[in-house]
Amino acid sequence: MSDLPAASLAGVTKRYGDEVALGPIDLDVPANRTTVLLGPSGCGKSTLLRLLNGLIAPDAGAVRVLGAAVTPASVEGLRRRVGYVIQEGGLFPHLTARGNVTLLARWLRRPPAEVDARVVELAALARLPTALLDRHPGELSGGQRQRVALMRALMLDPEMLLLDEPLGALDPMVRAELQRDLRGVFRALGKTVVLVTHDLREARHFGDLVVLLRDGRVAQQGTLAMLEGAPADGFVRDFLGAQTDPPAGP
Amino acid sequence: MRGSWAALLAGCVALGCAPRAVRVGSKNFTEGVILGEVAARACATGGATTEHRRQLGGTAVLWRALRAGEIDVYPEYTGTLAAELLRGVDARDLAGMRRALAREGVAMSAPLGFNNTYALGVPEPLAAARGLRTLGDLRGHPGLALGLSHEFLDRADGWPGLRARYGLPQRDVRGMDHDLAYRALSAGAIQVTDLYTTDAEIAWHHLRVLADDRAYFPEYSAVLLYRADLARRAPGCVRALESLGGSLDAATMIDLNDRVKRRRRTESAVAAAWLEEHRGLRTAVAAEGRAARVWLRTREHIAMVLASLLAAVLCAVPLGVAAARRPRLGALVLGAAGVLQTVPSLALLVLLIPVLGIGAAPAVAALFLYSLLPIVQNTVAGLRGIAPSLRESAEALGLPPSARLRLVELPLALPSILAGVKTAAVINVGTATLGAMVGAGGYGQPILRGIRLDSTATIMEGALPAAALALLTQALFALIERAAVPRPLRGGR
Ligand SMILES: Nc1ncnc2c1ncn2[C@@H]1O[C@H](COP(=O)(O)OP(=O)(O)O)[C@@H](O)[C@H]1O
Ligand SMILES: [Mg+2]
Repeated sequence: MSDLPAASLAGVTKRYGDEVALGPIDLDVPANRTTVLLGPSGCGKSTLLRLLNGLIAPDAGAVRVLGAAVTPASVEGLRRRVGYVIQEGGLFPHLTARGNVTLLARWLRRPPAEVDARVVELAALARLPTALLDRHPGELSGGQRQRVALMRALMLDPEMLLLDEPLGALDPMVRAELQRDLRGVFRALGKTVVLVTHDLREARHFGDLVVLLRDGRVAQQGTLAMLEGAPADGFVRDFLGAQTDPPAGP
Repeated sequence: MRGSWAALLAGCVALGCAPRAVRVGSKNFTEGVILGEVAARACATGGATTEHRRQLGGTAVLWRALRAGEIDVYPEYTGTLAAELLRGVDARDLAGMRRALAREGVAMSAPLGFNNTYALGVPEPLAAARGLRTLGDLRGHPGLALGLSHEFLDRADGWPGLRARYGLPQRDVRGMDHDLAYRALSAGAIQVTDLYTTDAEIAWHHLRVLADDRAYFPEYSAVLLYRADLARRAPGCVRALESLGGSLDAATMIDLNDRVKRRRRTESAVAAAWLEEHRGLRTAVAAEGRAARVWLRTREHIAMVLASLLAAVLCAVPLGVAAARRPRLGALVLGAAGVLQTVPSLALLVLLIPVLGIGAAPAVAALFLYSLLPIVQNTVAGLRGIAPSLRESAEALGLPPSARLRLVELPLALPSILAGVKTAAVINVGTATLGAMVGAGGYGQPILRGIRLDSTATIMEGALPAAALALLTQALFALIERAAVPRPLRGGR
């Protein structure tokens, strides 16, 4: 069971107009581990994530997630089994933190007591003070907003979690703290996680498995140690080197 | 729609329901309203339940309403009939006119007794200084400014024909409301205006009526037009209307006009007094205070605005949602609503009469049509302005499109939608004053009457509450916004 990939792309291409945003690409996302999508800006990381929860459809190839093909018919049910967090959280400004977290559960008419209990549980997990739950997103700090976004993604206890640069907009102190907390959550839950970053240190912090993308294709995948020990080509070496070398002083 | 109402009415009459009231209409000028009031009161003494829809706008409105059965009776002039409504019939040929009218299902009473034809008037001192006695004398004074009523300026037997007949050289010729023309005369902005030979203002403003020595203006004998079926529906009423023939001469009419215009009596009181003194007909005059009057107008006005606004919100928000989703449809919808917006309100009201009759219906329909654009526009803008990341988040949650619209997109667009509704509401409060032109009542009623009577106090009776209502609407929407829009989405926090 855990040997089967949680998600896979086979011969997938995604174009915008004449520009190829992603692919052709083949990729398996292993179950119950954290996979980090790494690569320079514009290489197709977000596009890959959007394919995984059916926000966009591929122009060629097949996307399978949690054992089923992503089709217009299956996509809505699938999304409820896949949590999604984006940079800046994508929280709805007209709802409170609690309203954001419980929106889908309330629409599905889950019992209120169950919903309330789950919110308390998630607040503890995401280390968000419950006093903040009744604030609107505009009244929370960036880090607090990302904790709420994580709670929203985890509300229905999804099997898989997709995070698109969840820490990208935070300042370094908050970022380090949230990094630690996130890793704790991932370890505690043991879920399939796909996390996008362009930051090598973040990849090192989270990743069991790293997939390095370049111009929409896989440049190399494996553990970070493997990539560093045997870079597949000059791009991989340069990408890893550029971020590990201390910056040249002025 | 109209057909089904007619069928319903016919069925109702056949089943022996009480016959509906005889409706008398009148044009938007004092003599018309007095004659309408005289006709309505006379008709009532003939045993019919009667109501008077007063100051319904111009000839076109009344003529359409009569043929559509929206009104049963209205005062008209033979000259207008000949020139405007029954082309090719001579104004002095009553029999020919009756035959032509019969083809439209309309009958004409015996002439009431006075000829109210067009004339041009000049302030007495100016006329004396320049030696103006006849229309021909105007030829020697090309610099005089003319302020003519719109109807006179446009109609075939009005200014174009007059200018040709007398070879008049004046170039400064402006169209203005007949009643405003008298103000312009006193202010010296114009020197010549068209007037009716029974106007009370001739004496009041010391005007000299220029003689029509080339017999240009046709006969304008006052008559009552009524629907041919009225003789069957309310024979007593028709007998009473016919008995008015020959009873009103020009001097009497000038006096009645003067009682209303200068002595500030109501048309009802003047008509009732004349009927009692000269015809021995006693009719009741309801005395109503200003407060009751303003309250009635307020109710009419608010009802018009609310009904049109509610209908517009119910139509325009879904249209806006559809338009925001499909750019082509959006362009079409916004284009159509934009075109509607450019139709002048008065024209739209008149165009709606054949479809909706007179009263509140055409006014509400016109206000509804005008409300569509701001609401559709703001709904589209509100929805299109939602950040893509928020749309994506809602979709990624696994909410179906209808739930996303209801729970996320519409709430986020709400401030913009509300702003659109507010714009429509404020515009409606102002535009609804024009509803009085088609018999819808509202604050336009005292404004029309005040302009007609040259009475600032009466104008204010409509204009002040209308302005107050517009301010109140603004305030109300501020409250609605505070209640309905979550704090973080409110502007200027
Ligand atoms: N909606 C879109 N329309 C057009 N081009 C897009 C769109 N989304 C992404 N792209 C293009 O596809 C490529 C990959 O984008 P993206 O997946 O967002 O990159 P990354 O997340 O790695 O920075 C980029 O060249 C980007 O400009
Ligand atoms: Mg990206």
